[in-house]
Amino acid sequence: MSGLHQDPQYPNQLPRPEGELEQLRAVWRVPRGWRLLSAVNNTVIGYLYIATALLFFVLAGILALLMRTQLAVPSNTFLSQAAYNQIFTMHGTVMMFLFAVPAVEAMGVLLLPQMLGARDLPFPRLGAFAFWAYLVGGLVFFGTLFFDLAPSGGWFMYPPLTGSQYSPDIGADFWLLGIGFIEISAIAGAIEIIVGVLRTRAPGMTLDRIPLFAWTMLIFAVMVVFAFPSVILATIMLELERALGWPFFVPEKGGDALLWQHLFWFFGHPEVYIIFLPAAGMVSMIVPAMARVPLVGYRMVVLALVATGFFSFGLWVHHMFTTGLPYLALGVFSGASMAVSVPSGIQVFAWIATIAAGRLRWSTPSLFVLGFLVIFTLGGLTGVMVAMVPFDWQAHDTYFVVAHFHYVLIGGMVFPLFAAIYYWVPAFSTRALSERLGKWAFVLMFTGFNVAFLPMHITGMLGMPRRVYTYSAGLGWDGLNLVSTAGAFVLAAGILMVIVDLLCNLRPTLSDPKGNIWQAGTLEWLANETYSSRSIPRITSREPLWDQPGLVQDTHAGRYFLPGAPTGGRETLITAPGDAAPQYVARLPGPGWSPFGAAILTAAFFLLLTVKLVLLAAACGLGAVMLICVWMWGSDPAPGPSVAIGDGIRLPTYLAGPGSHSRWAMIVLLLVAGSLYISFIFSYLYLWAVSPQAWATGADSMPLLTSALISGALLMASSAAVLVAGSRLSTAGASAGFNSLLVIAAASLAASLGFDIAGHWRVGLRPDAGSHQALIYLGTFLQAQLVAPLIVMAGFVLVRSLTRRLSPQHRVSFDNLAVFWHYAVGQGLLGLLLIHGFPRAL
Amino acid sequence: MSRMPALALLAPAAWLAACSGEQSALAPRGSDAAWIADLAWLLFGGGGVVLAMVIAALVLSIRGPPAIRARLARPATMVAAGLFFPIVVLSSLLAYSLWLTGLTLPVADTGHVLRIEVTGEQWWWRVDYVRPDGSRVASANELHIPVGQRIDIVLRSADVIHSFWVPRLGGKVDMIPGRTTRLQLHAEEAGVYRGQCAEYCGGAHALMAIEVVAVPATAFEAWLARQAEPAVVPASERGRRGQDLFIAAGCGACHAVRDTSAAVIGPDLTHFGSRRSIGGAMLPMSEQNAARFIADGQYVKPGNRMPPFRIFSDDELAALSAFLVALR
Repeated sequence: MSGLHQDPQYPNQLPRPEGELEQLRAVWRVPRGWRLLSAVNNTVIGYLYIATALLFFVLAGILALLMRTQLAVPSNTFLSQAAYNQIFTMHGTVMMFLFAVPAVEAMGVLLLPQMLGARDLPFPRLGAFAFWAYLVGGLVFFGTLFFDLAPSGGWFMYPPLTGSQYSPDIGADFWLLGIGFIEISAIAGAIEIIVGVLRTRAPGMTLDRIPLFAWTMLIFAVMVVFAFPSVILATIMLELERALGWPFFVPEKGGDALLWQHLFWFFGHPEVYIIFLPAAGMVSMIVPAMARVPLVGYRMVVLALVATGFFSFGLWVHHMFTTGLPYLALGVFSGASMAVSVPSGIQVFAWIATIAAGRLRWSTPSLFVLGFLVIFTLGGLTGVMVAMVPFDWQAHDTYFVVAHFHYVLIGGMVFPLFAAIYYWVPAFSTRALSERLGKWAFVLMFTGFNVAFLPMHITGMLGMPRRVYTYSAGLGWDGLNLVSTAGAFVLAAGILMVIVDLLCNLRPTLSDPKGNIWQAGTLEWLANETYSSRSIPRITSREPLWDQPGLVQDTHAGRYFLPGAPTGGRETLITAPGDAAPQYVARLPGPGWSPFGAAILTAAFFLLLTVKLVLLAAACGLGAVMLICVWMWGSDPAPGPSVAIGDGIRLPTYLAGPGSHSRWAMIVLLLVAGSLYISFIFSYLYLWAVSPQAWATGADSMPLLTSALISGALLMASSAAVLVAGSRLSTAGASAGFNSLLVIAAASLAASLGFDIAGHWRVGLRPDAGSHQALIYLGTFLQAQLVAPLIVMAGFVLVRSLTRRLSPQHRVSFDNLAVFWHYAVGQGLLGLLLIHGFPRAL
Repeated sequence: MSRMPALALLAPAAWLAACSGEQSALAPRGSDAAWIADLAWLLFGGGGVVLAMVIAALVLSIRGPPAIRARLARPATMVAAGLFFPIVVLSSLLAYSLWLTGLTLPVADTGHVLRIEVTGEQWWWRVDYVRPDGSRVASANELHIPVGQRIDIVLRSADVIHSFWVPRLGGKVDMIPGRTTRLQLHAEEAGVYRGQCAEYCGGAHALMAIEVVAVPATAFEAWLARQAEPAVVPASERGRRGQDLFIAAGCGACHAVRDTSAAVIGPDLTHFGSRRSIGGAMLPMSEQNAARFIADGQYVKPGNRMPPFRIFSDDELAALSAFLVALR
């Protein structure tokens, strides 16, 4: 600490006032003992999140070993048919939904604030909620295996096999409600990550200085927002079909099995890149650190990532090449599927160029990255093969495809993740992991992986379909399967060695970790506390620790922004999305029980619904809503005085309007809702195109036009009331007039829904009669899904108004409600146009 | 790192030794399958070269001479190797693949008079031959085709999604409830080609196999004419007893034997004894195996929809099997 003197180049001067650091520590203190469950800080939640994801990785890996044991020899009886079918379904489902997506999201939760120079993620309680919901939901879902209640329809759950006729047991319901619910938790995390990356970066971290991992997490989160709603809609539809007989997928009543495949793969293919891109981001962080030079072609790589994300939404049909599609569709989707490999090629050569530009350190993270490069390249090459339609006609649904996607997923995600674990542990643990164990683990994993999966390419070409619980001897598959099984156990031994290493050496800490043993250049290697670094640096480069000498000591000494806790609570700096100029200080919530409780009750709601304990489920749902209201109550604190963050900058501690970070989150949420609705419109038009006869437009098969007109008028009236209420709030504050307008708006919105439903019912439309009717009611269901929370939120704002927590300045609660409201009205009007206008225009 | 090339060398050897398998896409006996196998070998060869190049670049980037490393570190190299090279290679591959797709896609009827309809059911295959005069000949779990002709196959499903796949004759096509899909089968030489359901269809999916028997056209015509005949009347006393048991035990509630019963739930057994196997390529055809399937079907083919019939004495079982196997 040599240069502790007045210096105009730093935002804040030394010495720092007495007690500043102590106060910072005090407000960020993590609750101890069982109260840890109430913690919301990203470091704590990040640890738990990653640990849980790894637990599911191990559990699903054990399932894989059971399967490999069964397939080691022909006609084996180690597992029964029913057990095997449940196990392969659970293996895929757990790996994809309970390991891969949560694991990368968890890495984001843990790393992003540190990497971006933020104190925490912008919505810590949302993060905690998402984690607890995932943990409880995931454990119960996995537990179904032990009670013979697990789903057995395969991880992509194709109906009609998963419909109530062919899967009458409860397993499919566990899948639909359990996974649908865990996807909601993933979306919650995605919203937080988008706002975090765009709005909480350190001053000076312009778009072209964002660490690549943060870029990939941003793209990841945007992809989650657009991809997940499609499968959420599909799960809603299949559950409605199973529970209430609304026919969406059964052909007898105008449904179509292929609709599920379109909706599922519109999610399912981006999903692969959702998993891979963050892993590529990890590699793009590790390679420069290990080669000790900046990444070659940063801009190209960012472009490649964006292109991958974009392309990945245009190739879902390549999972359906064998469903009898016309030539044009085959050609377009085949071309798109091949095009998506180009951006990955750019990334691979960017990493090779970076390695060539520097000197690669021979460490465990380097080894895992090299293993990744080899395995992933082969997976990419076989990906090009299956993108070629005639080849896919042979390879599809065989062990060739099993080999391909394990090369892509294990190579493209697990190896980078293990590299990342070895790389980043010193930033969060008082000890680094063992290089010796790590290298052995790599050798075992790399060898085992290739011995297990390379022969599967051949097994598949020799005609072995996937998802078979046994096979006959003499088809040429026996030896290959035995080799694969042996390889799987070697791979497992490697993973076991990592676990041993973690048990021996991982000492997670909330302060004073081992530190920057790799001499890496990015901000997560600043001194790491629950509040990240003591002060938030102003950065001038992509690798600030390399290019800004003394940054570590200076941030630690408090010379940079926000060295204390000037509002007396937790806070983080909100910066502009483009140039990262400081805009305001967001006050963040501390520990609280409401996210934990709400998550448990939400999980209980879905699970009790699965076992058809409807009343109990409703009680839990109500409890969850109440706890969320409790949690939201403190999330819009009264505006306080502005605070100095350094450099003579005084920032407000409250911001309403379009620049508010919570408005950004609301907009992202509406993008989710919009994607869901677009999937609905797609489903509607798709089923109409497949079975137009279900759209017979006789007077008795159409909902009442008068009800629709009244419903539409009420929708517009409710929006108008909210608009007027907003301007009243600006001029007169939370007056009686404001309150009555809010009540009028809520009443009109509820009434519009009521008229809509009554209009369907009175002409005798019943949702189980045919696909057209089912879609009409599904549209109403989706509208009700918006109206119900809006009414709760209106009540919430009303209570805030009555208790004087709303004013022309203090108004974020209302503003967010208004944005949501106008969206719901817009969606409602579009729905009316579709349901009432489209068939009449035919 | 050194393990990878070693494995890559080993793999083709194992491959070549094994690719003659009964269900191997790399041992084609029909034109479509042969084109795809050629494409596959091209892809494997090309893919191997590209993989070797990437590994070589990787090794050189770590251990190569400084001049080569400097060259690899240039953004221009990255653009050439990561952008232009893939675009050129992929574009030409796409063109080839689309041309091949057009060749193998069943766009229109071949004009051949015979049409075969195959319906996937949990977990067997219903087969109907539709003759030029519109008459239908019902069969199950075995598909006969004449050699050297492209035969129209119409695919349907009675319950869930299945996928019809006989790798040595061509690619797979899904059988989707409510839809009709098509495929053309072409065998270049006589033989028996094994196929298997490729889309997971629940419980016994792994055991849903089929055999395609390709025979010369004249033999095929004769075979089809025989299949169109009613069931043979049992000649022996034992066979007649078996027929009585078939009726008395209610076998006819599910299985058709033309002139004895007309049920359509299970496989048509009119010419059961003329098939190569029992239960859909599960057991070779014999009286003993027929008896085993009747009594122990859930052991032979777990999950299949036929309940085990243990009501028969050994003697009765033998008579029943004799009756069935004599249905040629």
